[in-house]
Amino acid sequence: MKHSKASASQYTGGRLAAFGNWIDDRFPMSKMWREHVSEYYAPKNFNFWYYFGVLSMVVLVIQIVTGIFLTMNYKPSSAEAFASVEYIMRDVEWGWLIRYMHSTGASMFFIVVYLHMFRGLMYGSFKKPRELLWVFGMLIYVALMAEAFMGYLLPWGQMSYWGAQVIVSLFGAIPVVGEGLAEWIRGDFYISDITLNRFFALHVVAVPLVLIMLVVAHILALHEVGSNNPDGVDIKKLKDEDGIPLDGIAFHPYYTTKDLVGITVFLAIFAAIIFFAPEMGGYFLEHANFEPADPLKTPEHIAPVWYFTPFYAILRAIPNKLGGVVLMGMAIVVLFLLPWLDKCSVRSIRYRSTTFKVALFSFAISFVALGWLGLQKPTSTYTWLSRFFTLVYFAFFILMPFYTRNEKTKPVPDRVTYHG
Amino acid sequence: MSEQGVDLGRRRFLTVATAVTGGVGVALVATPFMASMKPSARAQALGAAVNIDISKLEAGAMLKAEWRGKAIYVVKRTPSELQRITKLGATELRDPNSEEPQQPAYARNEFRSIKDDILVLVAVCTHLGCAPEFRPEVAPEDLGSDWSGGFFCACHGSKFDLAGRVFKGVPAPLNLPVPPHRYLADTVILIGDDTGSQA
Repeated sequence: MKHSKASASQYTGGRLAAFGNWIDDRFPMSKMWREHVSEYYAPKNFNFWYYFGVLSMVVLVIQIVTGIFLTMNYKPSSAEAFASVEYIMRDVEWGWLIRYMHSTGASMFFIVVYLHMFRGLMYGSFKKPRELLWVFGMLIYVALMAEAFMGYLLPWGQMSYWGAQVIVSLFGAIPVVGEGLAEWIRGDFYISDITLNRFFALHVVAVPLVLIMLVVAHILALHEVGSNNPDGVDIKKLKDEDGIPLDGIAFHPYYTTKDLVGITVFLAIFAAIIFFAPEMGGYFLEHANFEPADPLKTPEHIAPVWYFTPFYAILRAIPNKLGGVVLMGMAIVVLFLLPWLDKCSVRSIRYRSTTFKVALFSFAISFVALGWLGLQKPTSTYTWLSRFFTLVYFAFFILMPFYTRNEKTKPVPDRVTYHG
Repeated sequence: MSEQGVDLGRRRFLTVATAVTGGVGVALVATPFMASMKPSARAQALGAAVNIDISKLEAGAMLKAEWRGKAIYVVKRTPSELQRITKLGATELRDPNSEEPQQPAYARNEFRSIKDDILVLVAVCTHLGCAPEFRPEVAPEDLGSDWSGGFFCACHGSKFDLAGRVFKGVPAPLNLPVPPHRYLADTVILIGDDTGSQA
């Protein structure tokens, strides 16, 4: 491949080229293309785990496009919302497909984001110089949770209603200002038409804008510092005479083509879910939500959608309202602090100690276990299990500065390897 | 550009003054937007007081009403139920004497009610706002042999006695709230307004 760097205008000959040059004289089109695509050098040893970044972009696009089409038929009022969703499902041409794409997309978004985050944990992608990249990513995660939470109210089913009731009440636990704050969020004394209307505005306009801006910041930060890789090796250290990393390959065409394969497989799975199991046995679309919201009747068992259940289990584990809310908040805050809690200079799990591997494995297990427990009814056995796994969850972070300080690591190679 | 002859102190002062003035402006403009999210005049009007007719309420039974979108429970307790309330104390309950401001002053008594037998509660669990179930039976299978009747929140397992007092060892921190209310007649309760009532 030849890389033209001589001038901003890279097009030669022909009318189209002249048009390209005309734009380049006024807007950095080909400069941006080179910086972020054709001459962005990514490590050549990316493995399976490196699909989930691009997949979350794919899901973001799916959510935005399907979302736009849903708003054309959805009515954000408590009198009409539930019926308008039924209308989309039954009377709008292909409405069921668009809606199932959106509802399945919500769950798939969290699946790919959780795997993307776990990749970061395994290969130390949050470590210097990628701290800010990680923080932007965490902000995306928080915005995504807000987006999902507010979107879940819109169908105005029983679980929509009571889930929102429970989550908004969390703010009421804050001393002194809590009740007023909850009232301000709802705009009413209870979850009402007013609340639904504003959640719609936030879900459709405000949060998506924030999400897109954060995604741009996340990618700009990534391209500034360069991608990490499964070996945690800094590929910028060894460059050829042209200044190109020896272990780097251009994002386009190499990774664009490779990602297409991943995207194809992902979309096949996505389509299979939409067509064969859009409710996913009550995990993606909860059964109680097929009943319209009733402010006077709590469903017998309230469980949030699966992607929130680990935090919900932590909330329930604490027999104190404020304590539960604080700990649930802390469970997310500690993730932000990760780059400063891990004192080990080696990035990738491949060269780290058994202690770290055990710690990370226990953390992953506790996250999944809490997720499962958050779906169950709160019996005393389950509450004690939740407490145990909450302890493991926090121990991973709180003890991290100690078990990573003098870690017995293996020597890190100079160049990337191909372990698969 | 040369900085010669520039009064840096003056420039700094002007920079800060401009930034502060701009900041105050932003805060002032933000105020109407933030305030627009508070309950509107219509929401407040819809939150006005409601009447409940309890003439058909039998002893041991419960009646549901609605006020501000929340369920209101009115329970007519039997003498034996009242007796069971008196047996519970500081060993089982977090706030047996209703010291937390979860009720108007006229309901801060042994049975948390204006009339001994008629209990009026806001059916919103003080944990996370679910509606607790009325479970008056003694020692049912699912709640255990020491259950002497009360309210059970199925969401997160919080338990309250027949006066809406919260038990220890459950996530809910406070007793169920008693709304402001007064008797308009012997069998008519006004929920949400207690002006002039010192019953």
